[in-house]
Amino acid sequence: MQDSAKPNGITPSQTVGPFFKYGLTPTGDYAWNDAFTNSTLTPDVTGDRVRIEGRVFDGDGVVVPDAMLEIWQADAQGRFADPQDKRALPNASFRGFARCGTDKDGNYSFDTIKPGVVPDPDGKPQAPHIVLAVFARGMLRHLYTRIYFSDEAGNAADPVLGLVPADRRATLIAVREAGKPVYRLDLRLQGDNETVFFDV
Amino acid sequence: MTFIYPVDSNKAHPLPLSPEYKSSIKRAPSKPLIPMRHTLSELTGPVYGHETVRDGDNDLTTQHKGEPLGERIIVHGHVRDEDGRGVPNSLVEIWQANACGRYVHVRDQHPAPLDPNFTGAGRTVSDAAGYYRFVSIKPGAYPWGNHHNAWRPAHIHLSVFGHSFVTRLVTQMYFPGDPLFPFDPIFNSVPDEKARMRMVSSFDLENTKPEWALCYRFDIVLRGNDATPMENH
Repeated sequence: MQDSAKPNGITPSQTVGPFFKYGLTPTGDYAWNDAFTNSTLTPDVTGDRVRIEGRVFDGDGVVVPDAMLEIWQADAQGRFADPQDKRALPNASFRGFARCGTDKDGNYSFDTIKPGVVPDPDGKPQAPHIVLAVFARGMLRHLYTRIYFSDEAGNAADPVLGLVPADRRATLIAVREAGKPVYRLDLRLQGDNETVFFDV
Repeated sequence: MTFIYPVDSNKAHPLPLSPEYKSSIKRAPSKPLIPMRHTLSELTGPVYGHETVRDGDNDLTTQHKGEPLGERIIVHGHVRDEDGRGVPNSLVEIWQANACGRYVHVRDQHPAPLDPNFTGAGRTVSDAAGYYRFVSIKPGAYPWGNHHNAWRPAHIHLSVFGHSFVTRLVTQMYFPGDPLFPFDPIFNSVPDEKARMRMVSSFDLENTKPEWALCYRFDIVLRGNDATPMENH
């Protein structure tokens, strides 16, 4: 029956809407369990533990209290927990994925490890980075961006940062707080200092 | 199998700014997206399987002491790639309003009753052929503040992972023949009519269970073509 007829195209995206919390990020507030948390940390994971935090703003500079952010990243050796990464070794229970809903003040945070270096398609090293997907009411499709780290010398030669006009690169770089393994990055969906989003 | 994800497939999606949908006006980027080649970071993605889902998570009618009110339905179909192959072991999460069109979310102000026997959230993992199945109740239409007399057509929200981080999809499944389609700016944010109709499930009499529940079929097509089809056939 409906087996394997070639589809005419992909299923279009629709907004996550204002009411996703009880299904996707209930965090104890609803009668439903969380499939994911805002942490990628597992007891046996190796690497530098870091926290990434910030706020999400709309085009009026108003906080977005109903956004959902998802991160995907390599482990500290730059390997992905996906068999499609042929270099991957059976590495702990690290999965490299986390999800966070913003709070009423637009805050988000992730607890994770700083990822290692991942090659680009030419084998050139990419600076440590995390891929970030942003979902919200009002966003008909989620947007992709990246999180880099302010204390990485490799940023200067990163091939993806190199595609971004110099005056917009700072929107992708989380800034380390003095003396703490905490990095801050605010996301601006529109307007001055709008976050760079990628067409992937 | 090695998958490629041509960005042209994204033309099926709505544009970020769709002014008829008021909430998009201040939340759509004003600058063009920056094109880039996919690297390993985009070509890989989270792998979650059965350990993420508990028995019964795909039945939204049995999560509480009693049965929810409303029209019991089966929603099933395949998660597929653009070549039509089933996408196995893909997490599918759903959430929806109850039969009266009311969400349990605390900020839903619609003056319709909550149902103590219905939360409206479920999840499952597609099987080796990409097949998934939920049991639920048909959600109601509900009013919203976008414009005068605005009503959302009945829909179920879906979140799907697929083979890579760029196959990630959040969408809404609609029901066939809904009279609200022409008036809904979210449904109509998808510019191409054929693409729009791919968000509408079809009534499935063959799999409707006599004396028990109507069935709707909804295939979810994610990005991804096999880069090397000749090697596999």
